[in-house]
Amino acid sequence: MPNTFHSASTSASTSASTSASKGFVDKDNTDQPTSGRVPLVLNMTTFGEVTHQVCRVTENRPPLAWYVAFAISLSMLGFLGFCVTYLIFTGVGVWGLNNPVMWAYDITNFVFWVGIGHAGTLISAILFLFRQKWRTGINRFAEAMTIFAVICAGLFPGIHVGRVWFAYWLFPIPNSMDMWPQFRSPLLWDVFAVSTYFTVSLVFWYVGMIPDLATLRDRAKGKFQQFAYGLAAIGWRGSMRHWHRYEVAYLLLAALATPLVLSVHSVVSFDFAVSQVPGWHTTIFPPYFVAGAIFSGFAMVVSLAVPARQLFGLKDLITLRHLDNMNKIILLTGCMVGYAYSMEFFIAWYSGAMYEKFAFVNRAFGQYWWAYWIMVSCNVITPQLFWFKRVRTSIPLMFILSIFVNVGMWFERFVIIVTSLANDFLPSSWGDFIPTWIDIGTMVGAFGLFGVLFLLFCRYLPMIAIAEVKAIMPAANPHPHHAHHPDHPDHPDHGGDHGIPAGAAPVLRDPQSAKGSL
Amino acid sequence: MTTMTPDRHDHAQVMSAPARVYGIMAEFETAEQITNAAKAVNAAGYRFWDCHAPFPVHGLDKAMGIKRTILPVLVFFAGLTGATIGFVLQAFTNAGSVSIWALVWVSGYPFLISGKPLMSVPAWIPIIFELTILFSALSTVGIMLFMNNLPRLSHPLLSNNRFRRATDDRFFVVIEARDPKFLRSKTEAFLKTLGSRHIEVVEDR
Repeated sequence: MPNTFHSASTSASTSASTSASKGFVDKDNTDQPTSGRVPLVLNMTTFGEVTHQVCRVTENRPPLAWYVAFAISLSMLGFLGFCVTYLIFTGVGVWGLNNPVMWAYDITNFVFWVGIGHAGTLISAILFLFRQKWRTGINRFAEAMTIFAVICAGLFPGIHVGRVWFAYWLFPIPNSMDMWPQFRSPLLWDVFAVSTYFTVSLVFWYVGMIPDLATLRDRAKGKFQQFAYGLAAIGWRGSMRHWHRYEVAYLLLAALATPLVLSVHSVVSFDFAVSQVPGWHTTIFPPYFVAGAIFSGFAMVVSLAVPARQLFGLKDLITLRHLDNMNKIILLTGCMVGYAYSMEFFIAWYSGAMYEKFAFVNRAFGQYWWAYWIMVSCNVITPQLFWFKRVRTSIPLMFILSIFVNVGMWFERFVIIVTSLANDFLPSSWGDFIPTWIDIGTMVGAFGLFGVLFLLFCRYLPMIAIAEVKAIMPAANPHPHHAHHPDHPDHPDHGGDHGIPAGAAPVLRDPQSAKGSL
Repeated sequence: MTTMTPDRHDHAQVMSAPARVYGIMAEFETAEQITNAAKAVNAAGYRFWDCHAPFPVHGLDKAMGIKRTILPVLVFFAGLTGATIGFVLQAFTNAGSVSIWALVWVSGYPFLISGKPLMSVPAWIPIIFELTILFSALSTVGIMLFMNNLPRLSHPLLSNNRFRRATDDRFFVVIEARDPKFLRSKTEAFLKTLGSRHIEVVEDR
């Protein structure tokens, strides 16, 4: 059992690259069809190995790359702090917004980050309901990604309101002015949808983490770690009576989060679709936005999983099958997004509405043509390479393609928002949007915020759902002999382990606990 | 911690006078062993006992005779509450003309926009939906933790060094001293018959 990051990653990369000639490592053939496929967890047969493999990430010093990434993210976060402070003290005029383009980078970033979050909930909730066991390797950090992405998303409308000290007016708080929000407005639906989404995702994530926090508590050496993880684990002790209610609660949360995640991006799309701006006023928006959100979110999971499994030696838990499956989902949702793009064009022509037709021609060939074609290339064309299995299972290629998708999906939101606003009905009220350095700084800084949160998560919290991974291992089967070896007689050495023997089995005593033992 | 009748108390304190006995724990190594042991303890008629496992062992709750929790029913009513609050909130603030006391005296403001009806229920559906989900999800977790008697900051089992592996790779059966059938010597002998590799008395310190 390897103890350090280096030896672990060496052995794992050996397992991925060489054939099964080395008998002691599992070949990572998890991407193959089911016959002859090794289980979802490679090179580990006991529960203790899984515990160790995941916990050592938080217990050992992180690799140098972690410090480098953290320093970069932290400086980007600092710059975000500067940009936001400058904006608050000066006003939203420091952005390139104008009349008519009153939404640009801010709302683009908002929609982008909310969309990123959707993959986490899809993995944790929808794949759970579909009993997709492979989700256990990636759900924890995909959920973490969701929460941090929604934090980044929430920042943008928050600072876009201008006078941020009045942001609490968004909520129906009883006040002596008898002033209430306008509940018929999609913008208010958004407030409720995104804040509910954040709360439920956070709770879902934390509840899933309680058993693993208890594992970290029970392994902790230092007093502070024992206290901190002990507090976070809220006294969890693996009681089966607790597990019973816990499993029901987890299922309920998954069932609640599934319609919630579909509603969130639908509501985000209502921000546009319920208005009358040409290019926004479309009925296809809710499903189109949800597909796009899952598309971009899965791309982000791949972008994060590839370096994380490498850095922290988790290749035996996040296997090629996980990555292959995610790339298939990227391919599927990429095709759905491509369909939506073409259908928008068709409907614009078929509707016969002059403004609608103009809006779409202007998107592809107007002053923002380059943004449109970046979007199409990154979202529709390059993901088609995922039809090839060699691409789906190639680590460098999938990393590059996932970055392309992230770029493409950012541009999708930019294209929808800015081109529609810049040229709406009357040519006399048209206007162009040009970003300022504060616009760009805020966008880049948000990645710093995300990076800092994600790196802290990798360092201090269990990156992989330890208890869930254990539950899908072959060793977790309570009836192994009946299920797999019906003819195989019980081994004489383990006779006492199966059922209740007539005689008393020997009781081994731990000398350390002699005081308490009988 | 333990609430024992006087005679049980005597039994429990035969060996170590100052520390009270919480129960007896038996350690197992596989999911199969714990499932078989759980069936036996349940059949023996114990009531205050539990299994501890690093992950939810499939079918162990049934083997222990645990009845299905009432949690989903409670969550359904929490969801209904959320939906009602969502509707009433919007009806009051956007269509109501009455005053109520909610920390301060507040009254609704009938929003009349473009001649649309004041009670525009279709436009309220998204927020009714979100509040239904919010109330259901939060009460799912809240009720689950409450029924599990969590959070708690200390527990006799958590002071036991050996028990630390319950969150790693070991399975434990714990029979509590407050169980009416608990007799230290008999319970210990009974647990020995289940094939446990290690049996230990857990003290309540």
